[in-house]
Amino acid sequence: MISYQMSIFAENKPGRLAKITSILGREKINIRAITISTSDVFGVVNMIVDRPQEAFKAIEKEGMTVKLKEVIAVIIDDKPGGLDSLVQLLLREKVNVENAYGFVLESWKNAVFVIDVDQIERTQSILEKAGFRVLDAEALASAEPFHYMNY
Amino acid sequence: MYWNREAETMPMERVRKLQDTLLRDTVAQAAGSHFYGERFAALGLTPADIRSVDDLSKIPFTTKDDLREDWPYGFVAVPREELVRMHSSSGTTGRATVIFHTADDLDAWTDLLARSMYMAGMRKGDVFQNMMTYSLFTGGLGFHYGAERVGALVIPVGAGNSKRQIQLMSDFGTTAMHIIPSYALHLSSVFEEMGLDPRRDTALKLAFLGAEPHSEETRRRVEDYYGVKAFNSYGLSEMNGPGVSFECSCQCGMHIWEDNFIVEVIDPKTMEPLDEGEEGELVLTTLKRRGMPILRYRTKDLTRIIPGDCPCGRTHRRIERIKGRTDDMMIIKGVNIFPIQIEKRLMDIPGVGSNFQIILERKDYNDHMIVKVEVQREIFTGNLKQLEDLRRKIIEELKSDILITPKVELVEPNSLPKTEGKAVRVIDNRERQQ
Ligand SMILES: [Zn+2]
Repeated sequence: MISYQMSIFAENKPGRLAKITSILGREKINIRAITISTSDVFGVVNMIVDRPQEAFKAIEKEGMTVKLKEVIAVIIDDKPGGLDSLVQLLLREKVNVENAYGFVLESWKNAVFVIDVDQIERTQSILEKAGFRVLDAEALASAEPFHYMNY
Repeated sequence: MYWNREAETMPMERVRKLQDTLLRDTVAQAAGSHFYGERFAALGLTPADIRSVDDLSKIPFTTKDDLREDWPYGFVAVPREELVRMHSSSGTTGRATVIFHTADDLDAWTDLLARSMYMAGMRKGDVFQNMMTYSLFTGGLGFHYGAERVGALVIPVGAGNSKRQIQLMSDFGTTAMHIIPSYALHLSSVFEEMGLDPRRDTALKLAFLGAEPHSEETRRRVEDYYGVKAFNSYGLSEMNGPGVSFECSCQCGMHIWEDNFIVEVIDPKTMEPLDEGEEGELVLTTLKRRGMPILRYRTKDLTRIIPGDCPCGRTHRRIERIKGRTDDMMIIKGVNIFPIQIEKRLMDIPGVGSNFQIILERKDYNDHMIVKVEVQREIFTGNLKQLEDLRRKIIEELKSDILITPKVELVEPNSLPKTEGKAVRVIDNRERQQ
């Protein structure tokens, strides 16, 4: 099961993020999670949204440089060691994680951890075999986040 | 006070007569080169048609492109073995223009520099520290030999290594220096770092500022900081290099040596001659060069002839501080860089978008180049590391070409400004930041 992350190239200057959020707001698209990785003058805004295809089109229409990327959204227990078991597994299997971030679900019981990896299919089967629940785009769209956490 | 009283104070009527004679010789000599031989033949022109300076307009202008196209020997008017030196413009891509000299040419050039430096006040016994790049660049060797001819003790240190520069100054009692103005300002911070004050701790009294256009304010700063008199000069490799035009002790314009060059100022658009005092493009003709005579060379430098006599008694007319270039060449840390060089490099790198912009800044008396580069939309994978790699690649490519390390900023596609559909290539903020 594949989820989509929307990545937007943005210069580090006032108003860039506001532009993105206002487009998404206008299109009534919900943001599940957002991380921004930057160099000194430019960066990449990564987002998990409820309707990625529509969000992508809306952002692209505004002339911004945007990409939809396949990622894996894993459910982990929101308790000490919950993340560790996932990370240890990925390490053992030598999966290269390019980016990762998570958000906690409203229930407080679980967290969704989004990982951007190089071998996406193989990683999925590894996770499923190990008993992790992986969300697809639809499930992710209906998940209600409580707050965001960054890694 | 004159190196060569007769030459420097020659009445203008005699200078004109001398120019007529020298021009006839020069045209006859030039006709022996491949380039002018063909050009004269195409126009049905013979050297006999040029009797005086009044006939000069019969000869078309020579441009840098001409020099590039008939590269490298097309302008040489003597047997190849008569040439004893070459110099080259500092451009590093495309085709650098090459200028050749015979031994006599070098002798005449050296004499002009000796005349110029003497005029500014350098004498036998002075200690002259040449802080200019030697090599293909004309500034280093030109001044070097000129200073030796005046009789100064020359310290041929070359550019860079600030602490050693200062050490040499204090160890050998340097009285005169040849230095890039922005470097002179930068060096002040090194003096401070070393706890030294050039007014107190050196014997400096003269500074020859060269190799980059600079403002009157910069000159005054150099003078104040070092406790020297600083002199502006003008030259270009096509006309030997330094020594074409130099300030006298009045510091009120640069005498241009009319016994060696014919001076014209033209409107760069219409190419019509302008009246004395009007600002336009300087056009020069060599009068004493045998190895590689150049007729009516368009320098692309903007200036004007200052009307009236100079209180120093020299009759050769003066030109004003160069206002700028008719084209868009940038001079950064004394290196000539054309936007086209940068464009060429950038456009070869996958991932670079269609537009870029060069921003020049001056911070702490140093030039900085920022290159903003639009990213190609298609290559974006959503990965910051990929962008960082692209940026590193751009920096490496540019550095290998222009020899200075620019700061590179990746920007969104189509985000850079354009005017009338044309890219705004260069934004030079240095003047207001000095
Ligand atoms: Zn004078």
